[in-house]
Amino acid sequence: MSAHIATKKLYVGIWAALMVLTVVTATVSRIDLGAASAAVALIIATTKALLVVLFFMGVKYVSQKMTIVVIVSGVFFLGILLVLSMADYGSRAFK
Amino acid sequence: MATAVVPTVERENYLNAQYGIKSWLLTTDHKRIALLYLLSVTFFFFIGGFFALLIRLELLTPAGDLVQADTYNKLFTMHGQVMIFFFLIPVVPAVLGNFLVPIMIGAKDLAFPRINLLSWYLYIVAGLLMMHCMLTGGIDTGWTFYTPFSTAYSNTKVVEAGLAIFIAGFSSIFTGLNFIVTIHRMRAPGMTWNRMPLFLWAMYATSIIQVLGTPVVAITIVLVALERLFHVGVFDPKLGGDPLLFQHLFWFYSHPAVYIMILPSMGVVTEIIACFSRKRIFGYQFVAFSSIAIAVLGFLVWAHHMFVAGISLYSALVFSFLSYFVAVPSAIKVFNWTATLYKGSISYTTPMLYAFGFIGLFTMGGLTGLFLAALGIDVHVTDTYFVVAHFHYIMVGGALMGYLGGMHFWWPKISGRMYPEWWGRLAALVVFLGFNLTFFPQFVLGYMGMPRRYWQYSPEFQILNVMSTAGSTVLAVGYLLPMIYFLWSMRYGKPAPDNPWNAAGLEWQTASPPPTFNFEETPVVTWEAYNYGEIDAKEVPVER
Amino acid sequence: MEQQRESAELGMWLFLITEIMFFGGMFCAYMVYRYMYPMAWEAGSEQMDFWFGTINTVVLICSSLTMALAVRSAQVGQRKALVILLIITMLFGCVFMGIKGVEYYGHWTEHQFPGPNFQFAGPDAQHVQIFFFLYWAMTGLHALHMLIGIIVVGFIAYWSWRGKYGADYYNPVENTGLYWHFVDMVWIYLYPLLYLISHKHAG
Repeated sequence: MSAHIATKKLYVGIWAALMVLTVVTATVSRIDLGAASAAVALIIATTKALLVVLFFMGVKYVSQKMTIVVIVSGVFFLGILLVLSMADYGSRAFK
Repeated sequence: MATAVVPTVERENYLNAQYGIKSWLLTTDHKRIALLYLLSVTFFFFIGGFFALLIRLELLTPAGDLVQADTYNKLFTMHGQVMIFFFLIPVVPAVLGNFLVPIMIGAKDLAFPRINLLSWYLYIVAGLLMMHCMLTGGIDTGWTFYTPFSTAYSNTKVVEAGLAIFIAGFSSIFTGLNFIVTIHRMRAPGMTWNRMPLFLWAMYATSIIQVLGTPVVAITIVLVALERLFHVGVFDPKLGGDPLLFQHLFWFYSHPAVYIMILPSMGVVTEIIACFSRKRIFGYQFVAFSSIAIAVLGFLVWAHHMFVAGISLYSALVFSFLSYFVAVPSAIKVFNWTATLYKGSISYTTPMLYAFGFIGLFTMGGLTGLFLAALGIDVHVTDTYFVVAHFHYIMVGGALMGYLGGMHFWWPKISGRMYPEWWGRLAALVVFLGFNLTFFPQFVLGYMGMPRRYWQYSPEFQILNVMSTAGSTVLAVGYLLPMIYFLWSMRYGKPAPDNPWNAAGLEWQTASPPPTFNFEETPVVTWEAYNYGEIDAKEVPVER
Repeated sequence: MEQQRESAELGMWLFLITEIMFFGGMFCAYMVYRYMYPMAWEAGSEQMDFWFGTINTVVLICSSLTMALAVRSAQVGQRKALVILLIITMLFGCVFMGIKGVEYYGHWTEHQFPGPNFQFAGPDAQHVQIFFFLYWAMTGLHALHMLIGIIVVGFIAYWSWRGKYGADYYNPVENTGLYWHFVDMVWIYLYPLLYLISHKHAG
């Protein structure tokens, strides 16, 4: 089998990082950051998601490049749905 | 040493390897699954066609006198839903794609044969549910089931139809997933990406769209169903919901869906043009990448279906601009096909006639799409018969003719029999004439102002409507002819040699019909695609 | 066999991106309406139970750890550890579902289920109702995926106990892991988007 086998230490380390980030996002959300709070929350969530994808799901060590292409294109096309839909809603108020 | 004596014992192939209904219903052989699909999509083609004939009958006269208005709404809705979700989306991928993809890459089967069978069963369950829905009242929302009519006001079986389409969507997703993995992982030694037949590039691009787009319409259907069942939801204007959000989510899939319908037929046309011009395809790389470009760009243009629905003018400008871009790769294909034909050694076989028909009619359909992408023109012709004509030129004049050309081209491989060539040519001509007589008048009608989805119309539109209905009967004859002679050929047709067309491609290097595992030995590919020069110079053997 | 493993992996990832697009449609609806009705979104989020949401997030992250360790056990052929870790993963999943059930019951009795019985004391009640529709729909779809995941992990645990998987063949374990982590990831986004919008939290 050519798949990479991670160490238990790595997984526990990632788990700890995810816990810390959860505490951070929960705590920061209690501070009134106005418009920035959504962005901060999403950045933290994306960091957590990346840790899950790269380490728990093994994408950092994956043997086929195609897997990365698949994941990126999934996220990219979701991005298109979100961005172009918002282009409509965001510009409805324009004169 | 026997000479040319035809053996009296039939060689074992995928058709006769096992007998009995269980061997068909539990098969994992991609070729048998393709035939299961062939029977089922043809059945639904009849259903959709039946609705079309009723529509055309009603439109013979300006008054609404054949059916009631509500019934007419159901007719065009169910015509659209059946034709799109149960015929056009699956037809080329599930019939020709399933049959050919493994053979063209030199594999024994698809990557996930059991998921392939599951895809067919999902399609059948969806189809049965749709039939039940249609027989117990049907739906009248238009195939696009726009909110709030579909969520709050329609009294018809929206949830049931939605569920049927939801299930059919997963059939489509699994087929696409299967093809992507197969094409990546199971190519024969030597079959590099750039040696693949362009039909495979087209199937690959189609599969990308199936995998990425279909889930969005699936969740949209879920949201509509929830809103209908619980009487509250995200599209309800009374709550501050936006019906346009439905349209954004719906068209995000349904626009790329039209590329699911056309790309495979474009792949078929590429194969046919190369073979019957006896030339390699001009600009292989361009044609290959244009398929991928259509798949990607097709996701960027969906709101051109919403120009007059209430989106902001600025986003309309953006989507109009992007819609012009998506035409470019299609045009590239047309230029490459034309350049392939130039100085080729053309033979006017039935598949070639369908391919020619495709090029002409698809070009007209595609160019009228650009008319619609222009905001000013769209305001005038949106929701008229101009739009109806545009999409029928592409889907019927394009996709369906490509499918018919492909069925004729690969019929000897699929069935082991030749179809009668003169009947084939006749039917192709009848289809071409019938098609134009049916749909060209609709461009004029739309431009003159006849709205779509209306069951009665102003008297000045009648003569063109009569022409259109007359054309539809000719077209129906044109479709019946191949069904008859294909069936006839299974018993009385001339037995087909392995490579009746002397064509390039691994599928022609195995028997007609192929053995269950496709090849006696895994082929090793050392030649480029479309090596017609070598084949015709007899430098490479093409028949065993 | 390597070709089969790589095919299964590629196939699983392709399936997961269909799930991204499936959930993505609802994220799109969420985003559009949050943009249109930010105050209603804040008001709705204040009705969420901060502690239930946070605890559930912690529970799922722990379950992802045990799932990842389970896959690793399969890779190195440790059958007993594999079975135990899979069962613990299932238990975490059940805890999540339990807490969710308690939450749902609370929202239900507070008339926060969209429909004719919906009640909200405050301005913008109609828009808050849309928030709640999306809350129930998104967490409901997520919970459905969790339920399917728990059942699948159960089957995998059973077959692991029967000795079906080892260092030479563990595709189904790995693919189940990918599914489980994906469902965890959806929650990683749902948590801040539903529970953490307002800086004034209930509970």
